[in-house]
Amino acid sequence: MSFLTITFAALFYAATAIMIAGLANKIIQFAKTPAPLKIPTTPAPTTQTGVVLRMFREVAFFESLFKATKWTWLFGYLFHIALFLVLLRHLRYFINPVPMPIEIIQPFGMYGGFAMVAGLFGLWARRFLVDRVRYISAASDHLILMLLIGIGISGLSMTFGVHTDVVAVKSFFIGLMTFSWSELPADTLLIIHLLLVAALMIIFPFSKLLHVPGVFFSPSRNQVDNPREQRHVADWAKKLEE
Amino acid sequence: MAKYDFEIPKLKEYPEVPELVDGTMDHMETFRAKPEFQEALGFKGELGENWKEDAIEAMGDLLGKYRSLQVYLDSCVKCGACTDKCHYYLGTKDPKNMPVARQDLLRKVYRRYFTFAGKFFPKLVGATDLTEEILDDWYNYYHQCSQCRRCSVFCPYGIDTAEISMAAREIMDRIGLGDKYSNEIIGKVFKIGNNLGLPEPALADTLEGLEEDVLDETGVEVKYPLDMKGAEILLVTPSADFFAEPHVDGLIGYGKVFHEAGVTWTLSSKASEAANFGMFIGSYENMRKISLRIREAAIELGVKRIVFGECGHAWRVAYSFLNTLAGPFDFLDPNYPVPQHILEFTYGELQKGTLNIDKSENDHMVLTYHDSCNVARATRMGDKPGGQFEIPRAVIKAVCNNFVDMAPETIRGTTFCCGGGGGLLTDDLMEVRVKGAMPRMEALKNVIEEHGVTNMAAICAICKSQFTKVLPFYGMDMDMIVSVHQLVSNAIILTGQVSEDDEDGADED
Repeated sequence: MSFLTITFAALFYAATAIMIAGLANKIIQFAKTPAPLKIPTTPAPTTQTGVVLRMFREVAFFESLFKATKWTWLFGYLFHIALFLVLLRHLRYFINPVPMPIEIIQPFGMYGGFAMVAGLFGLWARRFLVDRVRYISAASDHLILMLLIGIGISGLSMTFGVHTDVVAVKSFFIGLMTFSWSELPADTLLIIHLLLVAALMIIFPFSKLLHVPGVFFSPSRNQVDNPREQRHVADWAKKLEE
Repeated sequence: MAKYDFEIPKLKEYPEVPELVDGTMDHMETFRAKPEFQEALGFKGELGENWKEDAIEAMGDLLGKYRSLQVYLDSCVKCGACTDKCHYYLGTKDPKNMPVARQDLLRKVYRRYFTFAGKFFPKLVGATDLTEEILDDWYNYYHQCSQCRRCSVFCPYGIDTAEISMAAREIMDRIGLGDKYSNEIIGKVFKIGNNLGLPEPALADTLEGLEEDVLDETGVEVKYPLDMKGAEILLVTPSADFFAEPHVDGLIGYGKVFHEAGVTWTLSSKASEAANFGMFIGSYENMRKISLRIREAAIELGVKRIVFGECGHAWRVAYSFLNTLAGPFDFLDPNYPVPQHILEFTYGELQKGTLNIDKSENDHMVLTYHDSCNVARATRMGDKPGGQFEIPRAVIKAVCNNFVDMAPETIRGTTFCCGGGGGLLTDDLMEVRVKGAMPRMEALKNVIEEHGVTNMAAICAICKSQFTKVLPFYGMDMDMIVSVHQLVSNAIILTGQVSEDDEDGADED
């Protein structure tokens, strides 16, 4: 085992553990914290099925953002949908044999990388060009975009420029999952790509990336509009009634 | 108006998003509540030595009690979708009036004391210690939010700045920094029964006066009962309805509708106020105590139904929270929702055909309708989503021939607040109120010019008072704001009513 392989094996075990434990911790916190009052933004669905549909539209199409600003929606949607494709495509490095649907989307995933980076540059441009967005941007908002762009460009460079040994990369990751480790190719672009990905995984539970679980717990989006029909009381509020 | 020296925003033909101008509103500070008013609500009288520790402790307590606060503080990605949606930003250009920036005043302290990133890398994530300057910002800018929820419509995560403002006010109250306007009023509700401090004899007197007025005008004895045991319906209405214009014309209308519907009803001197300022200050305990008056009054009077008068934030607490705070209402008639809105009642009677309507009585007006923010985005009427938009319009159209809506992005779910909601309806915040009213004034002015609109109807006591006050700043007539039930009152022909032509025929020549 090379020093590089050992380092990256350790890094990815750690990053995965931090991401999963950190996210689980936040999700448990979100789930445990009571919502004492009915506060859906109305008009809101009056049934649970309606709420599932509302949440689906929000997550799959960014419905509210579309209502708010078309440019941000365009860049944001482009980035997220492309990232989704790219992530699906990457499943081929973790599953053996590669399932048919993942095979089929490979070309879409490859070119999706360009859309993803384009979307990110669009979002970043807004942080400079729109005075209101410039005002609310902290250093971390810029850094996260740089991180994602770095991941995108290093990945695209390998796909379309300096190739790495993808067979070796695949056996490295399968090895990590099955605890039968194998060597990671020592290619600069690959090293950069994987370092940035590990960094993203580690900051996930401590950053604004918490919007991913957050949206599902948002009371203004996930509550049923039925306060007159069903009494809704939080446990801590019940104590006031005693 | 001479006593106010601030620039009144110009109204444009098309809405414009202004470029931000730092600090335009940082001088705006509402009067602080005296210790005695603070203590009456169970809060600390004034800031103590350890106010910082107290504030962080209060924040921690609220984070554990409100999922909204926890999720909203964690989930914002600073996308900017909300930045041009707040009427206070549009009217003042102050960047701290952008919803996300308003939230960030609390979020940056939350991050510093409660998150890993903020504890170890504060600069990177924009986290800061709680300082006196930050507390000043909290006090100024959390009292420039009317909790109208317009930002929550556009946020991809549904982040509602109202929730953050309420939490911030609750934290400030707990450490002894309260707002005089809201806290004094809550004190009056506990002591006397309503926001305006009208005691029982004054109410009885006013209602008797209304009965005489209606009798004089129509020749029909319409009753406006107070504390009548055994009535079917308890009407809970904002206390402004008892004397303010145009509110009182709405109250006259409610009485006429009940009279024609043939139901018995009563007001209560104990629950002589629909508004619940406990919501404005984010205090569950105070909101609950205020709500319980209504439950007690309903039990004491032995009513079967509860109906709320025209009031926006009140309808939110009534529709969305009353069952939670003061329920269950299993002692009331299960055939009716608890509570009901007066417009749901009137709409039902119109459907049944029990009301005799002469629409031409409102022909001297061309109307538009202002959707009150909290009715629009925090409640419902009827059994379908969006009934809160359809039912008021259906009632207006049933009693008026001339109705025009304002621009679509300024009504219904994306309506603009009047500028005075959420505990801001006080003279010391006049500059915020006038500037915050700008988007609504702009939309109104456009329908006046394009469609000859003469009057704007509203269903909220705060909206009515606020518009009466700010319309003149924009060169419009304060009397153009009307109650929806005032329109109903105008058009309704009571059974046995003496026709106006018989009486006034001679005057018109």
